[in-house]
Amino acid sequence: MSLDSKIPSGPLEKKWDDYKSHIKLVNPANKRKYTVIVIGTGLAGGSASATLAELGYNVKTFCFQDSPRRAHSIAAQGGINAAKNYQNDGDSVYRLFYDTIKGGDFRAREANVYRLAQVSANIIDQCVAQGVPFAREYGGHLDNRSFGGAQVSRTFYAKGQTGQQLLLGAYSALSRQIGLGNVKMYPRTEMLDVVVIDGHAKGVVIRDLVTGQVTVHSADAVVLASGGYGNVFYLSTNAKGSNVTATFRAYKKGAFFANPCYTQIHPTCIPVSGDHQSKLTLMSESLRNDGRIWVPKKQGDTRNPADIPESERDYYLERKYPSYGNLCPRDIASRSAKEVCDAGFGVGPGGQGVYLDFSSAINRLGEHTIAERYGNLFQMYEQITGENPYKVPMRIYPAVHYTMGGLWVDYNLMSNLPGLFVIGEANFSDHGANRLGASALMQGLADGYFVLPYTIGNYLAEVGFGKTPSTDHAEFKKAEIDANSQLNKFLSIKGKRTVDSFHKELGKIMWNNCGMARTDKSLKEALVKIPEIREEFWKNVNVPGSGSDLNQSLEKAGRVADFLEFGELLCLDALTREESCGGHFRSEHQMDDGEAKRDDEKFCHATAWEWKGVGAKPTEHREKLEFENIKLATRSYK
Amino acid sequence: MDLKLKVWRQKNAKEKGKIVNYDAKGISPDMSFLEMLDVVNEDLIVKGDDPIAFEHDCREGICGSCNIMINGEAHGPLPGVTTCQLHMRSFKDGDTIFLEPWRAKAFPVLKDLVVDRSGFDRIIQAGGFVSINTGGAPDANALPIPKKDADVAMDAATCIGCGACVASCKNASAMLFVSAKISHLALLPQGQVEKKERVKNMVNAMDKEGFGNCTNQYECEAACPKDIKRDFIRVLNKEFILS
Repeated sequence: MSLDSKIPSGPLEKKWDDYKSHIKLVNPANKRKYTVIVIGTGLAGGSASATLAELGYNVKTFCFQDSPRRAHSIAAQGGINAAKNYQNDGDSVYRLFYDTIKGGDFRAREANVYRLAQVSANIIDQCVAQGVPFAREYGGHLDNRSFGGAQVSRTFYAKGQTGQQLLLGAYSALSRQIGLGNVKMYPRTEMLDVVVIDGHAKGVVIRDLVTGQVTVHSADAVVLASGGYGNVFYLSTNAKGSNVTATFRAYKKGAFFANPCYTQIHPTCIPVSGDHQSKLTLMSESLRNDGRIWVPKKQGDTRNPADIPESERDYYLERKYPSYGNLCPRDIASRSAKEVCDAGFGVGPGGQGVYLDFSSAINRLGEHTIAERYGNLFQMYEQITGENPYKVPMRIYPAVHYTMGGLWVDYNLMSNLPGLFVIGEANFSDHGANRLGASALMQGLADGYFVLPYTIGNYLAEVGFGKTPSTDHAEFKKAEIDANSQLNKFLSIKGKRTVDSFHKELGKIMWNNCGMARTDKSLKEALVKIPEIREEFWKNVNVPGSGSDLNQSLEKAGRVADFLEFGELLCLDALTREESCGGHFRSEHQMDDGEAKRDDEKFCHATAWEWKGVGAKPTEHREKLEFENIKLATRSYK
Repeated sequence: MDLKLKVWRQKNAKEKGKIVNYDAKGISPDMSFLEMLDVVNEDLIVKGDDPIAFEHDCREGICGSCNIMINGEAHGPLPGVTTCQLHMRSFKDGDTIFLEPWRAKAFPVLKDLVVDRSGFDRIIQAGGFVSINTGGAPDANALPIPKKDADVAMDAATCIGCGACVASCKNASAMLFVSAKISHLALLPQGQVEKKERVKNMVNAMDKEGFGNCTNQYECEAACPKDIKRDFIRVLNKEFILS
């Protein structure tokens, strides 16, 4: 099967406007005759549900949390980019587009990224109109700050809680539509399967997490906005419930999974403190605006940081990347931290940490200003580590944060499975092999508010109304039986090990063998070990309780079962991509100075995998990436 | 350190619950409260017992999922901290800790420490928004907002909807939660058009859900993990009278 990206022809800057002018429309009176299912209520799913309902479609929305307000987008801290050029510092749609393509290490699709930059300005307008309390200047206008990978100030923010405020904006728009009866909201539910009829996605299988009841729902189109899969590493900055199940089960139904090895490593995370650790906490990248990163110049220097004089500190980012310094992109900052720690210069227990020091900013601006900018983050740090970052430098280390891979979609955000749309972090389209700070919030809202509502209309107009299948259809029955039998299987194994113990074991292999640095050898090793863990899981897992009530172990079992298959796909993708790119360092592929070495000749493409069965090698498909407007160049932040 | 836990166990909304004793052994002071529960649960599963159900997600203090009464206090002893950000260094070796679900009629128990807080969602659905459809919004800088107003609106908007205010109030009042949303929108020009309808609809929804009234004892403010100020209740009352 060929991958048709359906990128409209014509000049880059006119593609989206021309597309919008020529797509098929659904008559307003006919919109209510269509039903759309949305999975997930984060920035992408929440905004899409609200907007589709505003347009007049019947919307059914599902989330696993107790309230749509708790989706993981809420945890994003630093900000959201938009090409508003309010600061008059030379920003433009083109520059945001350029920075995003470069930040993605030339592995994103030009047309999608340009559209993202175009609609970015509308997002800010929309959110302000909803009452999102962005930071303001004394004159009453919006304030901006700079972020990693950019030399302009285009990041809008609401203290260190930008994701929360944007999500609450989308949640309020969604709540309005729920109140009006235009969206039927199903919290505490989980999607277990996509139902495909005559090659089109026509519904889903859902489990109610409180009653355990499995039901089926039909629709004219299904939208997956179920986020990323960073929890395959067990330890990550993702919320504990974030999982791969919705996208992975769609993959098993025929949707292609693209670039799964593109996981973003975030440089400013609180280091691991022990084996009990259940998740990692991120310190916003915005801290790098005022914090300076350093390690002692002497290996194994255990002195109190305050006792280490300036001349004995290595501000390695400022030294290696003088023009971007501490604001270099995430992959570069992460890899540099790993390098200094691997070389024995790391600080803190185990030497897996570097200092993020605010002392010079506090001396220059005063503690009050720093508290105003980052107060809540400092508080959070102190809560977790027991150390006061106003007095001693923070300790940070890279951690798995965001995933740029996801289900393959075309320009319409539709997967290769007609009728199945994938938006936000769940798709692969906009961030290439890496992403810049403040760009994921932008994508989530761009997809949900401004892109999908157009593109889905085009699809629905084509298929026509009045064709919603009955849930009596054999495919629904079969999917429901399959879902129930898997749940029963988990409960019947009655082995000796907990679900979490398998998840931790998988996570360690993923991080050690397929983390920031990977080799042919480490990946092949992982590809031997993962199937072994999976085999043991299906023989020896212990899931207590029953399937007919709230059973958190059973929920986890399904998700970990998917991670155990998905982890193999991720490693296979990493093994196949023989280049260093974004945050993914294949140690065999590096420049003489240790920088990542991309191979545009062989790998300037997205890899999309087609499911062939458990343990069977999936089929590889490639979408060649065309760079017509930006010349492929070696990324340099020096 | 070793701790004794006294945990509320309740199979579902219909059955009666009771306090059950557990030992939490070998707990590190660096663990979060929820990581301590993870350790206890892993032991329970291996022994063939039903693990303690509790709600959590981000474990970063922002999603508002976690909700445990710890020794009678919502989110435990520290001010301005959610349960997931409470670390075991706040306890001593040998301590006995009581764990109970949020206590309020409007938050029925679903299982063990998990309660149903959907009443909060229905209050927001009744009016906690600005009615603007997507597209067609004016330029964001066309509406200047004094920094002071934007900052106070942000302080109100910081509410994470965890329900600690309700759980800690003897009347199970949701007025701190409602007042935070009312104040956030009433302080901004965008919220002016619908402000009278909004406050009436949200207060009606709050009453309908069975939340009680404020008696000005401010346990809510003391328990709030996000330091939402009681002053917002004054704003709520003012807006309600004006409506």
